[in-house]
Amino acid sequence: MLSRVASSLFWLGRDLERAENYARFMDVNFNLSIDLPPSMKEQSDPLIAATGDRELYISLHGEDFRRSNAIHFLAFDDRNLNSILSTVKAARENARIVRENIPRASWEVLNDLHHYMQGTLKKQIWKKSNVQNCFKEVSDKLQIFNGMSYSTIPRVEGWFFTKVGQYLERADKTSRILDVKYHYLLPSVDQIGTPIDFLHWGALLKSVSAFNAYRKRYGKIDPSSIVDYLVLNRYFPRSILFSLLEAENSLHEISGAPRGYSNQPEKLIGTLRSDLEFADVNDLFEAGLHEYLDKLQLRINKISNAINEQYFQVRPNFVPSQSQQA
Amino acid sequence: MLDAEGRCRPSFQALRDNLNELSHDTLTELQHAADKAQMSMGMTFNVYHDQQGIEKILPLDIIPRLVSGKDWRVLEEGVQQRITAINLFLDDLYNEQKILKDKIVPKDIILSCPDFLEPCIGLKPPKGIWCHITGSDIVRDGKGEYMVLEDNLRNPSGVSYLLENREIIKQAHNTLFSTLGVQPVSDYPGRLLSMLQYLSDKEFPTVALLTPGIYNSAYFEHSYLAQEMGVELITGQDLIVQDQRVYMQSTSGLQPVDVIYRRIDDTFLDPLAFNPDSMLGVPGLFEAYKAGNVALANAPGTGVADDKAVYAYVPRIIKYYLDQEPVINNVQTYLCDEEEDRKYVLEHIEELVVKQTNGAGGYGMMIGPKASKEQHEKFRKLVQAKPRNYIAQPTLSLSTVPTLTESGIAPRHVDLRPYALYTDEVRVLPGALTRVALVEGSLVVNSSQGGGSKDTWVLFDK
Repeated sequence: MLSRVASSLFWLGRDLERAENYARFMDVNFNLSIDLPPSMKEQSDPLIAATGDRELYISLHGEDFRRSNAIHFLAFDDRNLNSILSTVKAARENARIVRENIPRASWEVLNDLHHYMQGTLKKQIWKKSNVQNCFKEVSDKLQIFNGMSYSTIPRVEGWFFTKVGQYLERADKTSRILDVKYHYLLPSVDQIGTPIDFLHWGALLKSVSAFNAYRKRYGKIDPSSIVDYLVLNRYFPRSILFSLLEAENSLHEISGAPRGYSNQPEKLIGTLRSDLEFADVNDLFEAGLHEYLDKLQLRINKISNAINEQYFQVRPNFVPSQSQQA
Repeated sequence: MLDAEGRCRPSFQALRDNLNELSHDTLTELQHAADKAQMSMGMTFNVYHDQQGIEKILPLDIIPRLVSGKDWRVLEEGVQQRITAINLFLDDLYNEQKILKDKIVPKDIILSCPDFLEPCIGLKPPKGIWCHITGSDIVRDGKGEYMVLEDNLRNPSGVSYLLENREIIKQAHNTLFSTLGVQPVSDYPGRLLSMLQYLSDKEFPTVALLTPGIYNSAYFEHSYLAQEMGVELITGQDLIVQDQRVYMQSTSGLQPVDVIYRRIDDTFLDPLAFNPDSMLGVPGLFEAYKAGNVALANAPGTGVADDKAVYAYVPRIIKYYLDQEPVINNVQTYLCDEEEDRKYVLEHIEELVVKQTNGAGGYGMMIGPKASKEQHEKFRKLVQAKPRNYIAQPTLSLSTVPTLTESGIAPRHVDLRPYALYTDEVRVLPGALTRVALVEGSLVVNSSQGGGSKDTWVLFDK
């Protein structure tokens, strides 16, 4: 497979996963705000911090975290390269670049999603009260894309590059939402165990679609079990460990190396995965959850860079002309 | 649709009846559905000068154009004859130059043509084929005679529109389609792939389509054809030449390429052989090609036969190589470089269409009867300054076909572009891209200037 094509497919996976996560985060945050008592303000700040683009936000809006600004920034602002609008656009550009590698029906869904986002931008939907319909629409369209792709794309190289991108992104986003919620939303000690506390933790689980699955596994809403579930559980498809296992398997499908590692990205992801496999939740709290997750995000970045080095590099073939040299 | 006496041609009666049954609202609805389908498929091109990066569709008229089986046989035979002769002409020009020595075509016209590429002299392309993929523009005049307006021998585009238009219009008029009996076009990508594979001696050659990239206005077509053929879509930066062999840079290292369907202009192919500043091409590609290690379609250098001054000689070229009369004629052409012709052009410029010899896309031309006095004067000066660069033709009364407009169905001027593939013989796809001038009275069908397209139904003989 062409290096350029592999790179586009990897980023297609990453960008679409990012768009879907953003859509879900915002949908859940919106629902949470409906449930909050009048005395409590809606919090957009933690959500923006979770994305890692707080600085950019402040440079555009100052400390004004009103809802319409936050929604515009996270969903519709083309100055924010991680907004839903931007990632959908980037994914669609990458899909266009590798059109011949994507089933026609999947491409059409993605293309429609792009036009849908451009349409909602024109309508300035972030100023309206029914804005959450838009996030539902985005999630649905992306699920259709994923479903069509799942049942039509052959499990060869290109598929696995998209999967590596998708699962690395998912591991990163789950760690971020957990990290920020933990730091910003942890209520004061006398609120622990109250309905508000429950609402917040419930919202966190819902923003990674884990609420029911978690209930079934643990029953009680308890911070330590939630962290255990979202970081270390190997069966829940949005936990960090699960995502890393999937990404690692995909890398091995690409290289054909069965166990251990045959290149740098495999080595890095294998060690990270085994660190998680041999950790329990107390290790995380002992290291400090924030510090632990921070390091984890850095290691995911390193894996991504190593993949770039290993697979996506193209040698320049351009020779400057004589006239230019003279 | 109507014959010279205003009667409906018999094979077209079914279409007429069908259209009469549909209300204007129904037709408009079908038209909206067709527009939306094009948008979904991403059949769009970027409008370059627009900062917003707005994507536009090429308007597709919902009413199909019919061509009878009888008319089609003439067109097919004419295109086959023409392309066969032009291919012999190209091979001769870059090798023995017999036609120049015999003074059938003046040497000066060839040597002064910017598309005559010196690096190609002595070239023997695989299987002796130069113009593998062609799409001649054909018009029909007021008397109903078909004539070739120009031969697109370099990188004719539009075949993807032909194929996608068919999918959309077939859905919109499914009953009519099956009643009439329309010749299928869907095997074009398969034929194109076989044609490309035929150029290599390997049993399973690696074929790739070379595109300038997503900012090119024909990018949709490039990706579409690559996907339909199941071949790699590549850009110049994906390729590298080592020891006169061409390789793609893949995730598992370098992978050889045997045949390239290139959609990059000749002079951008290889900065070492042609335009030294081209960033689109691949250094060393031309050397690899000359060494016979990679096949290119079309061959570099075909543009010389596309020059509008050379075009004027095509009937003589057909006679010279095939000893036949042309099945489809040229439009009468005045060469401004010849004194007598130039005199006529300068005197009659108000009636004529003046064209730049290497112009394309409807630019660099003037339609006398539609132009202002200032434009007439401007073109007189241009012709006198560089006569070699201009030709003139009479303004044709192009045929019209029924087209959906805001005020109902109305006649609009059209041309016809059938596509031919050259393998062991020239094969013409039984269908064509019909371009239509959507503006009332306009004769310009180019997409860049208010043109649209139509699906063209070539009927089976009954």
